[in-house]
Amino acid sequence: MEGKTQNQMGWLFVLPVVTLVAFNAVIPLMAVVNYSVQETFGNNMFFFEGVKWFEQVLHSDRFHASLGRQLFFSGIILAIEVPLGVAIALAMPRRGPWVSVCLVLMALPLLIPWNVVGAMWNIFALPDIGMLGRLLNDLGINYNYTQQPISAWATLIAMDVWHWTSLVVLLAYAGLSAIPDAYYQAAKIDGASPWAVFRYIQLPKMRRVLTIAVLLRFMDSFNIHTEPFVLTGGGPGNATTLLSIDLVKIALGQFDLGPAAAMSIIYFLIILLLSWVFYAVMTRGEEQ
Amino acid sequence: MRKLGWLVPALYIVFLLLPIYWLVSMSFKTTNEILGAFTLWPKKFTLENYQKIFTDPTWYNGYINSLIYVVINTVISVLVALPAAYAFSRYRFLGDKHLFFWLLTNRMAPAAVFALPFFQLYSAIGLFDTHIAVALAHCLFNIPLAVWILEGFMSSVPRQLDETAYLDGYGFWRFFLKIFLPTIAAGIGVAAFFCFMFSWVELLLAKTLTSVAAKPIAATMTRTASSSGYELGLLAAAGTLTIIPGAFVIYFVRNYIAKGFALGRV
Amino acid sequence: MAKISLENVKHSYLKRPRTPEDWALKKLDLEWSNGGAYALLGPSGCGKTTLLNVISGLVRPTEGRVLFDDVDLTERPTDRRHIAQVFQFPVVYDTMTVRENLAFPLRNRGLKASEIEQKVEAIAHMLDLDEMLPRRASGLTADGKQKISLGRGLVRSDVNVIMFDEPLTVIDPHLKWQLRSKLKELHQRTRRTMIYVTHDQTEALTFAEKVVVMHEGRVVQVGSPVELFERPRHTFVGHFIGSPGMNILPCEVSGGGVHFAGRRVEVENPPRGSLAGRHTELGVRPEFVLLAEQGIPVNIVKVSDAGRYRIVEARCEESRIKLLLEEGVSLPASNASVRFDPAHTRLYADGQLLE
Repeated sequence: MEGKTQNQMGWLFVLPVVTLVAFNAVIPLMAVVNYSVQETFGNNMFFFEGVKWFEQVLHSDRFHASLGRQLFFSGIILAIEVPLGVAIALAMPRRGPWVSVCLVLMALPLLIPWNVVGAMWNIFALPDIGMLGRLLNDLGINYNYTQQPISAWATLIAMDVWHWTSLVVLLAYAGLSAIPDAYYQAAKIDGASPWAVFRYIQLPKMRRVLTIAVLLRFMDSFNIHTEPFVLTGGGPGNATTLLSIDLVKIALGQFDLGPAAAMSIIYFLIILLLSWVFYAVMTRGEEQ
Repeated sequence: MRKLGWLVPALYIVFLLLPIYWLVSMSFKTTNEILGAFTLWPKKFTLENYQKIFTDPTWYNGYINSLIYVVINTVISVLVALPAAYAFSRYRFLGDKHLFFWLLTNRMAPAAVFALPFFQLYSAIGLFDTHIAVALAHCLFNIPLAVWILEGFMSSVPRQLDETAYLDGYGFWRFFLKIFLPTIAAGIGVAAFFCFMFSWVELLLAKTLTSVAAKPIAATMTRTASSSGYELGLLAAAGTLTIIPGAFVIYFVRNYIAKGFALGRV
Repeated sequence: MAKISLENVKHSYLKRPRTPEDWALKKLDLEWSNGGAYALLGPSGCGKTTLLNVISGLVRPTEGRVLFDDVDLTERPTDRRHIAQVFQFPVVYDTMTVRENLAFPLRNRGLKASEIEQKVEAIAHMLDLDEMLPRRASGLTADGKQKISLGRGLVRSDVNVIMFDEPLTVIDPHLKWQLRSKLKELHQRTRRTMIYVTHDQTEALTFAEKVVVMHEGRVVQVGSPVELFERPRHTFVGHFIGSPGMNILPCEVSGGGVHFAGRRVEVENPPRGSLAGRHTELGVRPEFVLLAEQGIPVNIVKVSDAGRYRIVEARCEESRIKLLLEEGVSLPASNASVRFDPAHTRLYADGQLLE
């Protein structure tokens, strides 16, 4: 990327964006921070408590467990969805009538409201009345996601892969389409193998788009709530209780606003940190 | 090996369609049948779920309401994001890298965190239960997304394009609209679709900020989870219908997304 | 290296072309001899890029054959034709260094490391890229990247022809001439066949030994730069080449003589047969339109300064005539007379030079 021009006019261009986003973000955020450093005994009485809640959350075993599960979940999701999405985008037709068919069909899972996604997989995977559940058990696999943690995890991951891989596919496909033909022609002239074309042309040129895909999937999978909640409710037991499910349980179930707010902030900071790491790693060497 | 390339997307699509088939077939069954036994095809094919939706105003208004604020949001998000993305891509200004990352951070917090504060904020300015409220609220996470996607595509367009156009006598806006935007058509297509999609499926904020006048379909659907347990058939029908507007959108932008491929000759 | 022949080549991008406009390339036969420096010159849309792609194999012609050294290669794909191409915008492998970029085509063909090393160093030296070798290719300026593109073609010894598709488009103006001279120098040194496609006549005329002028899918004239300038065989060539281009003026042929604006004009190629029903025109370059005491009356419309001379635009009836005035020659206020130098005034019928 050649040098950008120094132009403070840039601020004018981004002003609308900053206004709309800040309006939505700053004020509510202040409210959350507010709650996180106070204690309430109901009746709208708040007492300043400093970092007590933060300490409590950070030292809680329950938090560590949820965090661990969450990291594991997001890790597997990224490891499956990103390569799979890219592979599918590479294999998709570029021109012709099948393009529309592919794009529309692939977009369908993305459009289903998340509670419906959870509900349909809930039934779909039931061992007695669900298509998947019956099929697996008929094939001899002892599968029951409501009772076996491993099956619950497998179902959860399958559901997410089913739901979100298309996002990676769409981004990767659009990114691929932005590569000018001349690069492929030059590669042909240079006698490059398909693997070399992928490694030296396609992958580097998709870097920005893949960064977006990775960051999006990371953030959204880290925040995921509705689908797993509707699918397993966090169970069996707390086998699939991911961070946000736990957070909601604490906030709503026990009405502990203080710890909940503190946990929200810690949650947010973790995402922030990890996203920043992903971002830095994936865009290193771009600015010269 | 090359010949079997089509197998990959084909298998993937089959994988995607199975649960969708399941969803659609559930929509034609009664809740009893769904929960009662496993049937591949509705034993008692019924249209009552769809009937309920098409005849009950709270249901179909839900779709209309959702459609309204989602379209407003998509248009605002993309329009506002375009100049911002251009600035991030072409200009250096004070704090630009930090601002760029800050935008993304707004997508990081779970919606639950914002629910109560949003409710207070939008009520305070008298926008509670309006379409514009939800459209604006969704800007929180859609604008950053649009900016990020558009910036990504804009940065892969070489600066020479801009410079050559100026040399040829194009004014900035003419260049932007006639030359630049078509070049990043794929980015616009993807950004528009994602804004539509994320706004369309967002449940919590949409539910929180509305009650009757602008009640979205997502909120209406949660009704099915209350009194009589899950009314699964109804939920399935509602879910199936939800897919349709989005399918239109992606069909509409399909040429944008695959634009680069169609350009072919250099 | 090879002699390249195009026989009866016609091409249309449409599946079922109907009208002549549907054909991007109308019937052409061309021969490019070994080691020549050629330019393919023409305005946008004239088919020159299509022709280039037909030679390189990126486009298969609807009709006709492409032969390299009399071997029919029409069916052969690009990577088997041993060609190299430099594109309109720089195509480099961003993640590789300059050295790796240059070595890439050789590595893919399985050459030994020591051979590769040697060739890369030699070509880098020829292109003044020696210091850049260890740098990442993405960090170079546009002209540097175009040199890399060129280098990848030069580094291979099996290249039959190197093709350039408007390679200076994205180069900074003050670097254009530098790169142009470099290309010419490289051609002299390596004597590879080079075909240079452009719409810029300066680029074409300074680089090429032979220029192929194209217009609307047809080859209009093939000749050296001097031939094209002095004796354009088509009014289009006359108008396109030269700055300002040739004056093309309507004329009548009657009684064995050529008449313009009611006056008889002497031409270098007087008509021999009948020209009834044909559209006749006079072609004379502004360099050869002279002010005269008596001659064709004109009105001076505009005078522009072009440095060492001035370009005068005059009007005679409906036609515009351009002439060049050197410094110091005075110009009458508005009415003047001009005459055409007979040795450089030619008659054209239906756009073609009458011979």
